[in-house]
Amino acid sequence: MTDSVAGISGMIIEKLLANPKVPRDIDGNSKIVEDLAFDSLAVMNFVMEIEDELDVSVPLDKLADIRTINDLAGCLHTLKVAHA
Amino acid sequence: MTDIFAKHQGLREAYEGLTAASPRNPFEVVIERPISASVGIIEGRETLLFGTNNYLGLSQSKKAIEAAVETAETMGVGTTGSRIANGTFGLHRKLEAKLAEFFRRKHCMVFSTGYQANLGTISALVNKDDVLLLDADSHASIYDGAKLSGAQVIRFRHNDPVDLEKRLARLKDHQGAKLIIAEGIYSMTGNVAPLDKFVDIKTRHGAYLMADEAHSFGVLGAHGRGVAEMQGCEDGIDFVVGTFSKSLGTVGGYCVTNHDGVDLMRLCSRPYMFTASLPPEIIAATMAALEDMQARPELRTKLQENAARLHAGLQKVGLKTGEHVSPVVAVTLETVDQAVGFWTALLENGVYVNLSLPPATPDNRPLLRCSVMAAHSPEEIDRAVALFGEVARHFGL
Repeated sequence: MTDSVAGISGMIIEKLLANPKVPRDIDGNSKIVEDLAFDSLAVMNFVMEIEDELDVSVPLDKLADIRTINDLAGCLHTLKVAHA
Repeated sequence: MTDIFAKHQGLREAYEGLTAASPRNPFEVVIERPISASVGIIEGRETLLFGTNNYLGLSQSKKAIEAAVETAETMGVGTTGSRIANGTFGLHRKLEAKLAEFFRRKHCMVFSTGYQANLGTISALVNKDDVLLLDADSHASIYDGAKLSGAQVIRFRHNDPVDLEKRLARLKDHQGAKLIIAEGIYSMTGNVAPLDKFVDIKTRHGAYLMADEAHSFGVLGAHGRGVAEMQGCEDGIDFVVGTFSKSLGTVGGYCVTNHDGVDLMRLCSRPYMFTASLPPEIIAATMAALEDMQARPELRTKLQENAARLHAGLQKVGLKTGEHVSPVVAVTLETVDQAVGFWTALLENGVYVNLSLPPATPDNRPLLRCSVMAAHSPEEIDRAVALFGEVARHFGL
């Protein structure tokens, strides 16, 4: 399920929903900071969990351009393809 | 016209929420004056200082004070220039030579603050073609130095050699330089880094290793050279960065190394080049404090005893502290309101500690951060612990 952007997006949402503080109605277009109320540290720590799942490392500068869950999924997918 | 401060609205709300629940602004505590290393006047009251990072009490070193006074009288109070222009006095070179000798390294660069030492070293060592591997709980000065460098930044899990190695393995085809950065003692939690394990890893993966010993310089190791000395792995650390504003009680920072290439950093490290150099009286006081520290190893023994006493005492009254016994002892609480109330009660009853709030803390939880000193008496530590216990009971903890 992690071979496509959609698959990665689904995996991210599943992981986010494991946190009871995250709103239940999130989707790929949800904004990570605004809709999920994540601060910068929370974003970095969450990305670390996903990195392990996909065996990639996301450089911090890439996070600056990420707004939505789908943006994050796209970034991870690109890194995973480059790393394969 | 766009309100230039609109971007701070979230910060304003958080700040107002915090100060509404507190009788004072926790970020604007004024120490009206110190009476000694361990006692200061705050709000007109004599207050025990348990949050000053003044580990050896040398901010009040008689020798350092005398050296500063004498130097100010003979050389004035400032250099009025940067190190690459008119701001290098003989004293700056002398301090660099003394520090290089102390750390048994070939080279030393002195910076105007510890913050700038990290900014200036990191930004000169790596650029956009390189990768930095930072411990996730790194100090802001390391993150800011990383940003200034333009290098790719990858975080590894705090104090986790396995995670670091995993991330280095992913970089096996990377062509640029790889620099790992870890701290000796972590400033918020007092955790001690496994630098010896990081040395093994960096050797296997062809990376460089920089250690920020800001909180461990003068504190750990038989001679006070920090965690690397304590763990017997100094030869594997490429760059050691630190500050004078903790164990030496003054201000300023340094980078020491055996790499000859560091000399060119003086011509490309912007935080070194484009700021006024340290004033002569500060350099003189720093050298005197360094001599004082070397002449009195018993200060380190006393500090360790005090750290163990505070750490055990806080655990005994049922508070949650880190596992490492170090001069930084942080009590973890669950909510910001609880932490502000606890901190206020401590201050109003004569004990000052640092209130540390997320996101400046790991794990998103607030900390009451204590730093212990060689200058604390056992009675002062016991008084602080007893007060922590009383306040904890009051809050039902």
